Amino acid sequence: MTMELPHSLSLIRPSEKARLSAHRDDLRSEPKAVRIVIVGVAVTFLCIFVVMPLVVVFAQAFSRGIGAYVAALGNPEALSAIRLTLLIAAISVSLNLVFGLVAAWAIAKFEFPGKTFLVSLIDLPFSVSPVISGLVFVLLFGAQGFFGPWLASHDIRLLFAVPGMTLATLFVTFPFVARALIPLMQEQGTQEEEAAISLGASGLQTFFRVTLPNIKWGVLYGVLLCNARAMGEFGAVSVVSGHIRGETNTMPLLVEILYNEYQFVASFAIASLLAMLALITLVTKTILERHLDEGRQSHDN
Amino acid sequence: MSAIATRRSTLPGFGLTMGLTLTWLSVIVLIPLAGLFIRSFELSPDQFWSILTSRRTLNALKTSFGLAFAAACVNLVMGTIIVWALVRYRFPGRRLFDAIVDIPFALPTAVAGVALSALFAEKGFLGAPLAELGIKVAFTPIGIFIAMIFIGIPFVVRTVQPVLIDLDPEIEEAAASLGANRWHIISRVILPSLTPALLTGLALAFARAVGEYGSVIFIAGNLPNVSEIAPLLIVIRLSEFRYADATAIAVVMLIAAFLIIFAVNRLQRWAQTRVPAL
Repeated sequence: MTMELPHSLSLIRPSEKARLSAHRDDLRSEPKAVRIVIVGVAVTFLCIFVVMPLVVVFAQAFSRGIGAYVAALGNPEALSAIRLTLLIAAISVSLNLVFGLVAAWAIAKFEFPGKTFLVSLIDLPFSVSPVISGLVFVLLFGAQGFFGPWLASHDIRLLFAVPGMTLATLFVTFPFVARALIPLMQEQGTQEEEAAISLGASGLQTFFRVTLPNIKWGVLYGVLLCNARAMGEFGAVSVVSGHIRGETNTMPLLVEILYNEYQFVASFAIASLLAMLALITLVTKTILERHLDEGRQSHDN
Repeated sequence: MSAIATRRSTLPGFGLTMGLTLTWLSVIVLIPLAGLFIRSFELSPDQFWSILTSRRTLNALKTSFGLAFAAACVNLVMGTIIVWALVRYRFPGRRLFDAIVDIPFALPTAVAGVALSALFAEKGFLGAPLAELGIKVAFTPIGIFIAMIFIGIPFVVRTVQPVLIDLDPEIEEAAASLGANRWHIISRVILPSLTPALLTGLALAFARAVGEYGSVIFIAGNLPNVSEIAPLLIVIRLSEFRYADATAIAVVMLIAAFLIIFAVNRLQRWAQTRVPAL
């Protein structure tokens, strides 16, 4: 237990301090047997529900050896799914990055009525079921949808094609960057930007030279989480994709198709790439969180 | 205070950035969601009602909401235990397990789905011993329940963790020095101050599980009236071009989601008003 002692005790000798601290920990802890049971239950639960599914992905992917694994990933269908996943993620992450920066500037740097309401509207996609996130675009652009007939008569195809899948991905990843930046920029206040403007900098100069360096870790954090979700999204993309093989299959969709065809090695090989993406995302997230904490502390000082 | 107002107003770009924000928000989020509600108004109340009360829809909604609530309750209990172990005790691998809690957030749902399904299948690593005990998990409602527990884990842990870390140790010490035993301190002092966070975590886990699709459908078996979740029924109705049915189910689920957000916001406000009182 690493706790700070209150200031009133800070003059006490270190040895005394340690003894007092140990006494405090005793007061705030449970008997050893209880501690072991609680840690045991927590660790067992996490192993069964979180670690084992992750292990299964890799065990299944390599169950027929590395050769079969590599062959599964080299399959043209797999390669086209990887390409499409990267394309959709690149488009949706960059658009959401621009939106996130713009929205965070408006929301964090100015006071206006209805701010809380606006932030909850931006958060809305987080609480919508992925299937509904896809459904809303089918209702807009589908054959029976509001714009369906018009799109059909102009020979524009949004649904069951890349544009529709990108729109659905944009919807589900909408809040990530804005949400990472708004609290960070609110904490940092407006003084530095104020100073830059009063010294004659333009708005854009101020943003790129003053604001952006201050929020760079937050930007990366938002982009990282946005990208992970964009590449991994299943439900929303599945509804609008139409499942056209080799054309509208992203990696998560191909995982499903191969699994339903009992091609387990191939399915889990693709799944293992997505699992690695998740693990890399988590490690990077931990590193970025450390930078963000440091930034916050130096800002406080 | 007036200094703040004038200072803020000298930064440029409010009109432009606010305009872009509202436009983009409307195009990507608000108009598509509004479209769903407009579509549902095209149904007469009778049609709407008969869709929702048809046996299959009713069973799907019951499955989704019932199992999601049960899974969220498991998450509440297990999440509390995990948070307690992570915050209050030192044990080997603690940081690793702390990081592991986020995996259900980060792992794409389809990957979680096929992994859980393989793990709990009758010949799977956990499915086989359970089958010997006579418990069939995969392709039954128990499978849905397991998948919903999986995706809900981070919600309770991550909402309660910061509150438990920030809890003032002096309150516990004061209670202990006044002669309260450990169990009394936990049940009368600590748990009450964690209540808003615990309920928030419960609500978030519940909301996520109700709408969950990818990690559930592989393990569920998807038998109509038995192990069919509401999001899957929406997908099925869409593939049958029964848009009205899909819309009606979606509207009910969306309204439920909004009610949960509203409840969470109230809980947060409650939590904020409680803190200074302590």
